[in-house]
Amino acid sequence: MERHISVPFGEETACSLKAGDYVYLTGTLYTARDAAHKRMQEALDKKEPLPLDLKGNVIYYMGPSPARKGKVIGSAGPTTASRMDKYTPALLDLGLRGMIGKGKRSKEVLDAAVRNKSIYFAAVGGAGALLSKCIRSAQVIAYEDLGTEAIRKLEVVDFPVIVAADTNGNNLYETAVSDYLNNRQK
Amino acid sequence: MRELSTELITKTIKEMCIEANHVLSEDMKQTFSAAVREEQAPLGRQILQQLIENMDIAQTEQIPICQDTGMAVIFLEIGQDVHITGGSLRDAVNEGVRQGYQEGYLRKSVVADPIIRENTKDNTPAVIHYEITEGDQVSITVAPKGFGSENMSRVFMLKPADGIEGVKQAILTAVQDAGPNACPPMVVGVGIGGTFEKCAILAKKALVRKAGEHSEIPYVKELEEEMLEKINETGIGPAGLGGGITAFAVNINTYPTHIAGLPVAVNICCHVNRHVTRVL
Ligand code: SF4
Repeated sequence: MERHISVPFGEETACSLKAGDYVYLTGTLYTARDAAHKRMQEALDKKEPLPLDLKGNVIYYMGPSPARKGKVIGSAGPTTASRMDKYTPALLDLGLRGMIGKGKRSKEVLDAAVRNKSIYFAAVGGAGALLSKCIRSAQVIAYEDLGTEAIRKLEVVDFPVIVAADTNGNNLYETAVSDYLNNRQK
Repeated sequence: MRELSTELITKTIKEMCIEANHVLSEDMKQTFSAAVREEQAPLGRQILQQLIENMDIAQTEQIPICQDTGMAVIFLEIGQDVHITGGSLRDAVNEGVRQGYQEGYLRKSVVADPIIRENTKDNTPAVIHYEITEGDQVSITVAPKGFGSENMSRVFMLKPADGIEGVKQAILTAVQDAGPNACPPMVVGVGIGGTFEKCAILAKKALVRKAGEHSEIPYVKELEEEMLEKINETGIGPAGLGGGITAFAVNINTYPTHIAGLPVAVNICCHVNRHVTRVL
């Protein structure tokens, strides 16, 4: 099913999404990848506040290429999500509503997503030029010294993603391949 | 003896870094169009179409095809009758990478130390492979390598008794494990033979082969075709979300090896298989 939703979003919207839905997101996303996750974990360990409010928000695993003059951002596609698995359950338990990346997640992450009614979205890897066209503004809000790995606040319009794991524990990365193979044999 | 200045090498490498990250070679583009026609899965087809659109935007608007503009891997084939003038060749290559990544608005993804992990902020150093060849020319290949797919690459030190079946199994294992992480459709580079490090370089070099070309060794060509078919039967598909186009090509290079060994390297590359070659 094709859906248009705004971000941040609540539990009800999350529960209405099903693995395999093609979704266009409009609103605010926050970027964070390996180094930013490590720092957020260190902040949590020291009981310090995080640089963003996770509640209802969506983190995009992405480190852009630099913006040319007059552009808001460079190429901006997803990175491999599993590298963030170690840090993710804690963020989900703090209210993170969604994640955008590519590739499979650990059982711990998927369980935490179900428990917290959160969604894992897949964006198409290697489509960074196309995806950058949906980003209307980008602003570094934390860890500027990390360069491409800094946390950025993005305003996006109709950003295309696919629901990879929904709140019922359905996981497109597990089912899509076998579904394709089964249908093909018919 | 022919002289070649490091200044020209720097300038050439700078241009090549920028070109490789914005425009895929014509043969790769044709591969994409053929794939859309062949793909049976609707979502797979939609993803392939997105990737074609992405390439068009990258080229016309000069936005890198992928934000991971890679670590710069550079193959230098240096004719033995060439004299390089004007300073260190290695420095000239790295200067080209530095200028290319800075002036081309490419992402700086290199850390100076694998454990301390501080970004060098100019994407240097490059990984440079030097080879001395005959003649008086220098052939340069720039192949920026993204790490989503690099991380899924493997070396298998098989036993001679494992034979060709063992090789097939190794390739399939690497591809299955890579799955969606390597941004399929992939290009699979395979090196068979040599030593531990030799097979890895063979596999890396296999990735820069022109799409549609095969090994000149008959059994290797057959193996390339058979493995492409087997990989596409896995159903992994575009972006790993199901489909018949999991790989565009399997390119295999071989080399003599030791009586006691059968090294196999599988270097996986995503659909953004970037490489540019120029001869000076
Ligand atoms: S694996 Fe390739 S296409 Fe995917 S993010 Fe990395 S460089 Fe880009």
